[in-house]
Amino acid sequence: MIDKLEAAFNYHQQALGLRQERHKVLASNIANADTPNYKARDMDFAGELKKAVEHGRSSGGGLSLARTSAGHLGGQGFAPTSQNLLYRVPDQPSLDGNTVDMDRERTQFADNSVRYQAALTILNSRIQGLKNAMQPE
Amino acid sequence: MSMFSVFDIAGSAMSAQSQRMNVTASNLANADSVAGPDGEAYRAKQVLFEARNQGAHGIGGVGVRSVVEDTSPMRMEYRPEHPLANDDGYVTMPNVEPVHEMVNMISASRSYQANVEVMNTSKQMMLKTLTLGEG
Repeated sequence: MIDKLEAAFNYHQQALGLRQERHKVLASNIANADTPNYKARDMDFAGELKKAVEHGRSSGGGLSLARTSAGHLGGQGFAPTSQNLLYRVPDQPSLDGNTVDMDRERTQFADNSVRYQAALTILNSRIQGLKNAMQPE
Repeated sequence: MSMFSVFDIAGSAMSAQSQRMNVTASNLANADSVAGPDGEAYRAKQVLFEARNQGAHGIGGVGVRSVVEDTSPMRMEYRPEHPLANDDGYVTMPNVEPVHEMVNMISASRSYQANVEVMNTSKQMMLKTLTLGEG
């Protein structure tokens, strides 16, 4: 029962998590639009999502806890999925080495946030559907 | 929740851009200051940005590394009647370029606006996330 619930939510949950990661990356690009030598980053969203759904987010060498004593137990932290962020190829390189293209970043930012809300809406309606199915009627 | 770091990122950019705006305002205001507290003519200042708080993936905000003085030569103006004129009758004027400053100002305000938008969008996304599963 519980694993079925998890399976019902898993895909969109992963998508939501990745959208949030990407949101942060794009926000960082916009924040550094005037920083010399800053290179704009982004992720291959489809590829990352596929990986996350197939293997789960914590696999693939996530953050490991530092052990300061031999008696400590090892642990695996929540992995920041976007371990392989890519660099954007600039259309018009600027003289100061900065590769942020504001138009592109803002378009991607708007696109990402709308898709985030879409994933949220789908997740919400799925929860509603399951809730309705569980109603005694 | 790591979404909160978006606010840090956008906030750091907003404060950096507003410092840049401050420096620009100071330059424009002092475009004709022939004598400062040290007796020298005002020198234009520029803000140097650097990427900040970068985690393992190079994602982070921006900060002001330092405010440097413009090293370009001072403007010399021929005004023999001026009390600060040198023996040849030239007064040392600030090396402020009003055109550069205006361009800087527009760029800073646009970047500031972009970051405000990032912040607003993030806020809406988070508020919407909080209502997940409700209703």
